[in-house]
Amino acid sequence: MKMTKIFAVAASMVLCGSAFAACGDEGGSNSGSSDKLIKVGIINNDPNESGYRTANVNDLKATFTKENGYDASFSYSLKNEEQINFAQKYIQDEVDYLLLSAADTAGWDSVLKDAQTAGVKVILFDRTIDADESLYEASIVSDMDKEGEQAVEWLKNQNLTTYDIVHLQGVMGSAAQKGRSGALNDTAKELNWNIVAQQTAEWSSEKAQQIVQSVIDSDKKFNVIYAENDDMAKGAVAALDKANISHGVGKDVVVIGFDCNKWALEELKAGNWNYDGQCNPFQSSYIVDIINKLEKGEKLSEKTIIMDEKGFDATTITDDDVSKYGI
Amino acid sequence: MNPNTRSKTASEIITGMFRKQIFIPIAALLILAIFNLIVDPSFFKVTLGQNNNGDPILSGNIISIIDYGSELAILAIGMTLVTAASRGQDISVGAAIAISGSVVLRVLCGTNSRPDELQAPIIVAFLVSCIVAMSFGAFNGVLVSIFKIQPMVATLILFTAGRSIAAWINNNELPVVKDDVFPVFGGYIPGVPIPTPFFIAILCFIITWLVLKFTNLKLYVQSVGINEQTSRLNGLNPAFIKFITYVILGLCVAVAGFIKVSRLQTINYSVVAKDIEMDAILAVALGGNSLSGGKFNIPSSILGAYVIQFLTTTLYKFEVQADALPAYKAVVVIALVILSAPIVREKIGQTFKKLRSPAQAESNG
Repeated sequence: MKMTKIFAVAASMVLCGSAFAACGDEGGSNSGSSDKLIKVGIINNDPNESGYRTANVNDLKATFTKENGYDASFSYSLKNEEQINFAQKYIQDEVDYLLLSAADTAGWDSVLKDAQTAGVKVILFDRTIDADESLYEASIVSDMDKEGEQAVEWLKNQNLTTYDIVHLQGVMGSAAQKGRSGALNDTAKELNWNIVAQQTAEWSSEKAQQIVQSVIDSDKKFNVIYAENDDMAKGAVAALDKANISHGVGKDVVVIGFDCNKWALEELKAGNWNYDGQCNPFQSSYIVDIINKLEKGEKLSEKTIIMDEKGFDATTITDDDVSKYGI
Repeated sequence: MNPNTRSKTASEIITGMFRKQIFIPIAALLILAIFNLIVDPSFFKVTLGQNNNGDPILSGNIISIIDYGSELAILAIGMTLVTAASRGQDISVGAAIAISGSVVLRVLCGTNSRPDELQAPIIVAFLVSCIVAMSFGAFNGVLVSIFKIQPMVATLILFTAGRSIAAWINNNELPVVKDDVFPVFGGYIPGVPIPTPFFIAILCFIITWLVLKFTNLKLYVQSVGINEQTSRLNGLNPAFIKFITYVILGLCVAVAGFIKVSRLQTINYSVVAKDIEMDAILAVALGGNSLSGGKFNIPSSILGAYVIQFLTTTLYKFEVQADALPAYKAVVVIALVILSAPIVREKIGQTFKKLRSPAQAESNG
């Protein structure tokens, strides 16, 4: 029968495949150090998504190498279903750890249960999911609220005589937008800061330029630009340049950006901007920490680990910071 | 029509005006202008100031509109031709702008993402980006004309893959160009207070106008759009004509992408020209062109593009709450599109006629 033939071919191919895979594994562990390599499956979002993601992926790739004692496989997708498929594949491959930055918060329960039964330890990074805490070992999250709070705290400490703020928001509803807007809104209400304009430029420099242009055209006075990412800050600055309004350290308008792109930190260094807040993409050291603890059989003190977020001031930033933290 | 009754055609002139295609975007423009005039006349204020290089520049909302609307106007030219010939729209123009813009920066920057000086002349970068954008246009064109795939499905491929290709062109880096001449194309020519993109848009329009006037392109495109079969029987090659409209759109994309990267001398491939394809299609629709092909009117589409920018600037000016912005835009767009629907225009024309006709009836009787 035709069907049986196809089945036979498929089955033999699978067998061959697994045989090869087995060979590969053996080779790997032989050439490595005397310790067995720790097998990790890493599921991440598409590195092309943003500069942040690119830095995040590069950081993970640099850490989980053969030299450091890991046998790591990487999969990227912006779609939840595809990510779940990758996870199932890794569980079948019997990885020791599954590292996951989920595209979507929902839909992970059953596959994580499979992982648990198979003895695969799951560590979430960067993004959380809606699943029972018992299904994963640890979750390492970026603290968007803290980023906003740090920046607003810094702004407060500048002791400007007046606070007239142009607020450029990211895509409404995204975690970064909520955290960064929330901090400013709260403090502005509390200290009676004047928000001259509050608009979403959807992370786009062009739209930011148009919005700031429109504020300038309607003769409104402002002395702070609070842009929720570097691109929007750049667009705002372009509009300021066009209208011959000075900006930066000791100038008329204070410019605040987020994300710490390398070029943005260079602007900071040159004194054209005042402050840049970070969303820390370097999570691998935290993950390695957890894996080491688990390997030794230690218990983790807490499930959710919140990362340190940095912020840079134009007056104190060094060349080292630019090359180390710029993404 | 009785030639003797010519004298009483005031109502007919009005009716005829309503039937004219270009009336739609002009009416939309007038409505927006009147709205702004009533709510806040300072909207139209234009002042002469200086930028940080000390060059004189005009600034004001009207200047912003002709400045930022230019890329859309240029895209609307190509989109109108594509719509007319292939009875469908290209939804990949935003992604294609990301690609052609990345190519410009790649050529200018060479291997270094932040060079101190340009690695190639600007004209070379522009021409290379033209070639790349036109070949992506040709790719779409081949899918549509030879493989007879629905335009929206065919261009969906590039729509999905385009921004990743753009990322790959620059190795995921965000290059920045430092140069004195490069920003001119998206900014101001020193000493000229009107933004350069507007001049580029006018230039594009003049070239298109000349081409349509002195070649048979318009006739061919329209006849292919109206009836492919008949045009083949009349000796045209519909596949080639459809193909060529996509290549022309590719050229428009290259020009628009060039202006976009010149504005900020950098590109963020994931957000540059986001959703611009929808605005370009809307410009064609607002221009009163049928989205199912056939007859077209380029000046109407261009005006349509500036109407969209007028609307955007108006919404920014009135600081519509950020999360409600798309809703406001949708309401206005619905109103404009309904206004431009043939049935509604016919009705308005008839109403005017009726207002006149009792008087005519009396004088005749």
